[in-house]
Amino acid sequence: MIEQIGSTRTRVATAVAVLAIISAACSGSATPTPAASTAPSAAASVGASMAASPSPAASAAAGSLAGQSVTVIGTWGGSEQDAFMAMVKPWEDQTGATVKYTGTRDLNTVLTTGVASGVLPDLAGLPGPGQMDQWASSLVDLSTVLDVNTYKSETAAPLVDLGTVNGKMVGVFIKTSIKGLIWYDPKVLDLSAGAPTTWDALQTVIANNKTKAAAPWCLGVESGAASGWPGTDWIEDFVLRTAGPDVYNQWWQGKVKWTDPAIKAAWQSFGQIVAQSYGGGTAVNATNFANAGDPLFKTPPGCLFLHQASFITGLGAFPKMATGTDYNFFPFPDINTQFTGAVEGAGDLFGMFHNTPAAASLMAYLVTAPAQDIWVKIGGAISANKNATDYPDAISKRSADLLANAKVFVFDASDLMPTAMNNEFWADIVKYVQHPDQLDALLADLDKTQADAYAAQ
Amino acid sequence: MDPRLGTAVIVVLGVPAVLIGYIWLTERVLGLLGQRARPRLRPWLWLAPALAFLIVFLVYPSIGSLIRSFQNAAGTKFVGLDNYAWFFNDDATLIALKNSLIWLVVLTGLTVGLGLLIAVLVDRVRYETVAKSVIFVPLAISMVAASVIWTFMYDYQVPPNPQVGTLNAALGSAGIAPIAWVQISDFSLNSILLVIVMAWMWTGFCMVILSASLKGINPELLEAARVDGATERQVFRRITLPLMAPTIAVVMTTMVITALKAFDVVYVMTSGHFDTQVVAFQLIQELYNFGNPGRASAIGIVLLLAIVPVMAFNVRRFRAQEAIR
Amino acid sequence: MTAETVRAASVGRWARFGRRIPLHFVVIFLMVIWLIPTIGLLVNSFRPPEALTESGWWTAIFSPSQFTLNNYAHVLAQSNISAGFVNSLFISIPATVIPIMVAAFAAYAFAWMKFPGRDILFVVVVGLLVVPLQSTFIPILTLYGPKGLNIAGSFLAVWLAHTGYGLPFAIYLLRNFMGELPREVFESAAIDGASPVTSFFRLALPMTVPAIAALAIFQFLFVWNDLLVALIYIGAQNPDNAPLTIVVSNLVSSLGGGWQYLAAAAFVTMALPLAVFLALQRYFVRGIVGGSVKG
Repeated sequence: MIEQIGSTRTRVATAVAVLAIISAACSGSATPTPAASTAPSAAASVGASMAASPSPAASAAAGSLAGQSVTVIGTWGGSEQDAFMAMVKPWEDQTGATVKYTGTRDLNTVLTTGVASGVLPDLAGLPGPGQMDQWASSLVDLSTVLDVNTYKSETAAPLVDLGTVNGKMVGVFIKTSIKGLIWYDPKVLDLSAGAPTTWDALQTVIANNKTKAAAPWCLGVESGAASGWPGTDWIEDFVLRTAGPDVYNQWWQGKVKWTDPAIKAAWQSFGQIVAQSYGGGTAVNATNFANAGDPLFKTPPGCLFLHQASFITGLGAFPKMATGTDYNFFPFPDINTQFTGAVEGAGDLFGMFHNTPAAASLMAYLVTAPAQDIWVKIGGAISANKNATDYPDAISKRSADLLANAKVFVFDASDLMPTAMNNEFWADIVKYVQHPDQLDALLADLDKTQADAYAAQ
Repeated sequence: MDPRLGTAVIVVLGVPAVLIGYIWLTERVLGLLGQRARPRLRPWLWLAPALAFLIVFLVYPSIGSLIRSFQNAAGTKFVGLDNYAWFFNDDATLIALKNSLIWLVVLTGLTVGLGLLIAVLVDRVRYETVAKSVIFVPLAISMVAASVIWTFMYDYQVPPNPQVGTLNAALGSAGIAPIAWVQISDFSLNSILLVIVMAWMWTGFCMVILSASLKGINPELLEAARVDGATERQVFRRITLPLMAPTIAVVMTTMVITALKAFDVVYVMTSGHFDTQVVAFQLIQELYNFGNPGRASAIGIVLLLAIVPVMAFNVRRFRAQEAIR
Repeated sequence: MTAETVRAASVGRWARFGRRIPLHFVVIFLMVIWLIPTIGLLVNSFRPPEALTESGWWTAIFSPSQFTLNNYAHVLAQSNISAGFVNSLFISIPATVIPIMVAAFAAYAFAWMKFPGRDILFVVVVGLLVVPLQSTFIPILTLYGPKGLNIAGSFLAVWLAHTGYGLPFAIYLLRNFMGELPREVFESAAIDGASPVTSFFRLALPMTVPAIAALAIFQFLFVWNDLLVALIYIGAQNPDNAPLTIVVSNLVSSLGGGWQYLAAAAFVTMALPLAVFLALQRYFVRGIVGGSVKG
């Protein structure tokens, strides 16, 4: 018995130790070495950025931050993560510091526990302006890190305001997108004479081209935990263009009820879109938003139009299509000409939790045009920086121009609402698509949540 | 060579060594004390390391939860039983409670029932290891991968496009139109389909434990019964099953609690839409998304109270076992 | 052997086989049902992403030309995949060994030592199974953080956490199996003058090996596949220590692009736990207990 136990334990221990040794040896060095200092090409781009926006804290003399690191957390994964790492590479090469990025879909969980316990990364992608408000006291005042005047001159004013809480600037937009673009296939629909600029004109185009596709609209709202958000974009566009930006803004601030006739009318208009969608309500709820536009390119086409944000060009069947020839867009048409020229946008906010020299330097670098240009050039992103213009194709350039030149700019309403309200908005879209006859009950529920969620703020 | 390897080896070899040393030391100390003190103190010394971990990692946060369940969202003032009142009056909660009950019954029934059946059956075939590995594989697949698998299984494509989902394709070959499975809440069908996903993963868990228990039964007992003329079924019902009863109870208790805490499958596949919401997922949403730890804690305490009957059953079982031993 | 007995023996063999056909049928049927979903994913992991949304995985079997190793190549080409693998090992092995040892001592105490309040205390320990992990993150992270021990981001943080989280089930399982051991064995050992320590190491532990093997499999598996605990306690603080699960979750963009890599990643990460399972199968041997009771 003694030998049995002894040998079992020894055997297990040896096996474990051997396994650990072998694996460690096979993997070589598991700890990443800090980026080597100066690369000549990187110095040129940073030099340009220094000229464009002299910032106090980012006085990065070559290799001055060697060996230091900045921890960053965000929701970006896959190709987005690659784009972000490409964006920070010149900074790493120039300063000698390393960016250690962790991507996660559980950003809310990590940052909520982080703020409560004090265990936080240096920089973080923030889930939205609503959440940023909640954590404002833990976030560093970015005016100590960036040259605020330069930043303000390079960025659209509404975006600057959205990053400010009680006068303290805590968030900056690393990338933005424009919502509510109407995508179509120019080979199916010839709009070279001019895209429809009013809702009625759009309906005429649909009526004239009915036979070309199985349904007028493509729509898919499935998106995991956020299922329903494409529907919220539709309703926001309707509210914006029928009731105007003032009502829109009061609405997301909780001052306009969901049962208000204007909001209800927007839901009903959305209901009509669902009824005109490829595959009907069942398909709308079952189809992931990224693949929802694929029927545009089928033969015969499943639909004529897709309503979606600018980042759709990197998803589904779009990347394989030729931009401009296989797909094109026009902005959401006006419904009430009183509110013409209104544009809805969204974006990824970044904030800082620890004001270390390396983190400050990185933050200052990220908002500069050359840094922004890196991601913009890779595609699928629009920059908040007006001077970042290296767009890879005409379509991206047009979307960026739309954003930069918007007469009236509003931010995605659901992103601005308290999270509980936002969640209910998303969830009720799914319910409405499945049960269009329950609109009144859903709106009443939304009102209840509104009373609850805004009071807790 | 990775510097952390040194730490890891020290920990893997050192911690057991430290624990054994600790026990050895306590025996020494006990030897110095009186004859009567030893059996009274020894259990507590042996339990001390485990209790220390449990108190720090599970009891202390639970006490915090209890206190917070009586506070408002910001944690600034006490609101008495408001959070509990919200929980039991909210419409969404009632659906979640119903679904959690379905999870409890169906998941436990499927996993323990199938686990037992499979453990008993594969015990008699020569390719037992292969069979057990096949049933076990889903447990080894991470939650993320399992969700990808079953999203494919239940997938729905607009007809007449070709169906990509296995279920709908099977229907298609029988000439039936495709169904959007996860959207159907009639008879809680979608909840049951989600339970099936988790049962697919966890039956292997029950099977492994029940198989270990099965193998612990003295074969001489079974042989003796067979020699006495008992049929296989009688042997199973009169000898095997009663001898496995304690382990079955353990597996059942564990699965009941797992079912109550289950949220991964719901989170990934429907996020609670289409009336599939469960209590555990509500807890997480309140805590991390809605910033309301007060309500989340109240839900946690409700879960704790919900298992009291299960625990009472366990206590009774131990007492009965002790009486026999 | 006469011709008659030979014939009788072979008839008996066939009869036994005939009786066993339903058994084999049921077992193989169950195996097939269990395997189909996984095989679907396996086939899909070799297909390009466009094909996944256009046609079912079974169609690929008839057109093998579309098979590609791109998904696997992409996953294995990730710069931090080997680091993630090593980190997962660093995390999983201690987080399996420590709880088993701690639980074994506690389980023996609960099973074979009498003390007042034993059953109630045991039930409380088991009841702790219901505590949701998520509700422990904030208090524990505060303890680990700058206001406390300041070990956030280190492996020690997750080792301790996984031990704490894994103990209720470990104690429950081990106590059950230890309690099943024949009382006579311990009694005769006590009569022979053996101390509880000796009984534990020389009798209880060896006889509970199947349960310990099962526990090792589950604990290792749970820790190996865990994402959230590692993310919270190591995550943003120290991405160098990120395990495989975090690396894999980063294969997909926030908008869902790249999900075809998850299929390949699933099989890459599944290999080791499966190997552990197979390696520990030999401990599920009949008669370990039976052999020790000598009447």
